[in-house]
Amino acid sequence: MRLGSLWPRKASTAQTAKERLQILLAHERAGRVADNLPALQRDIIEVIGRHLKIDSEAIDIRMEQGRDYSSLEINIEFPAASEPKAPSRR
Amino acid sequence: MTAELKKERPMGRIVTITSGKGGVGKTTSSAAIGAALAKRGLKTVVIDFDVGLRNLDMIMGCERRVVFDFINVIQGDAKLKQALIRDKRLDTLYVLPTSQTRDKDSLTLEGVEAVLEELRGEFDYILCDSPAGIERGAQLAMHFADEAVVVTNPEVSSVRDSDRVLGLLNSRTKRAETEGAEPVKAQVLLTRYDAARVGKGEMMTVEDVLEILAVPLLGIVPESQAVLKASNVGMPVVLDAPSAAGAAYEDAVSRLLGEEVEMRLAGERRPGIFQRLFGRGA
Ligand SMILES: Nc1ncnc2c1ncn2[C@@H]1O[C@H](COP(=O)(O)OP(=O)(O)OP(=O)(O)O)[C@@H](O)[C@H]1O
Ligand SMILES: [Mg+2]
Repeated sequence: MRLGSLWPRKASTAQTAKERLQILLAHERAGRVADNLPALQRDIIEVIGRHLKIDSEAIDIRMEQGRDYSSLEINIEFPAASEPKAPSRR
Repeated sequence: MTAELKKERPMGRIVTITSGKGGVGKTTSSAAIGAALAKRGLKTVVIDFDVGLRNLDMIMGCERRVVFDFINVIQGDAKLKQALIRDKRLDTLYVLPTSQTRDKDSLTLEGVEAVLEELRGEFDYILCDSPAGIERGAQLAMHFADEAVVVTNPEVSSVRDSDRVLGLLNSRTKRAETEGAEPVKAQVLLTRYDAARVGKGEMMTVEDVLEILAVPLLGIVPESQAVLKASNVGMPVVLDAPSAAGAAYEDAVSRLLGEEVEMRLAGERRPGIFQRLFGRGA
């Protein structure tokens, strides 16, 4: 018998705490996504920079980790009149 | 330029939330004070200085949105604005999370100074949630402070550690080391105060603690179930359902802002002795 069935499961704050921890710890244990993000950011800047003139500060990465999936939102701002420039490696 | 001057915000104030002893309520207080300041329209950032034991993000409910952290910024891997997380409930509230994987040695005095200087230009209040202890991490969290909130529980080891911390604030901070600078303005925030146990003579009174520490009292936060509940859901206690602890933090923030607010306990007005002995106007 599952322990849970002994006590009614209400939407208690303790249940919320457990769920938040499960999601967070699953991500933390799975390997450190967050540690690779600086490298990811550098790569994105490099790749985009080959085609568009962008400033390394103009990139904004936002993340939302969820139970079933996470989302990564990457916003890159560049001047409207940007002209494609010659390939460059930085 | 002169016409612009009025609009320019004064440099932000750096407030360290410190204690020496662990587990007394620094992170709870940082989140609550930060949210209470932000509620009043003051642009506030709370920085987690507890490198390796990230917890402020959980208490503030933004743990799933951490991308870059304080250490990434110090090491030049991310820009400050990329690491700042804006609160979903208050748009004047931000969190600068710390690293979960590095250790305290990743913090450097120069790195911390550069980040704080940049934040000073953008924010009204910069709160530094200190790690426990009096070692490097705690010293870095207090080094550039203008003010300190010394979180203290009414029990012997906490009071003793607070006394050590007050000594460090007076000797090992930038203000202490700068000739002619005002000292760090330190105030005690008494937390987990249990009026019933004080009544039974089991717990030191406010007067006892203040007599020993001899610094002004910023507030008295009662032991409250609301604190655990709020932490379960990642809500600073002042944003959650009204509670005695929430009200106490609101009062403490009023005092931090220089307003005169009577000391009260557990939601009850208690003029009389506290006011006479320790009220700011007294
Ligand atoms: N006023 C209060 N009433 C009841 N519980 C409280 C109160 N303040 C803090 N707590 C509880 O005390 C524990 C420690 O709080 P918190 O994490 O804020 O302390 P801390 O000083 O930041 O700890 P550390 O030194 O580990 O960083 C938490 O479980 C918190 O919910
Ligand atoms: Mg803490």
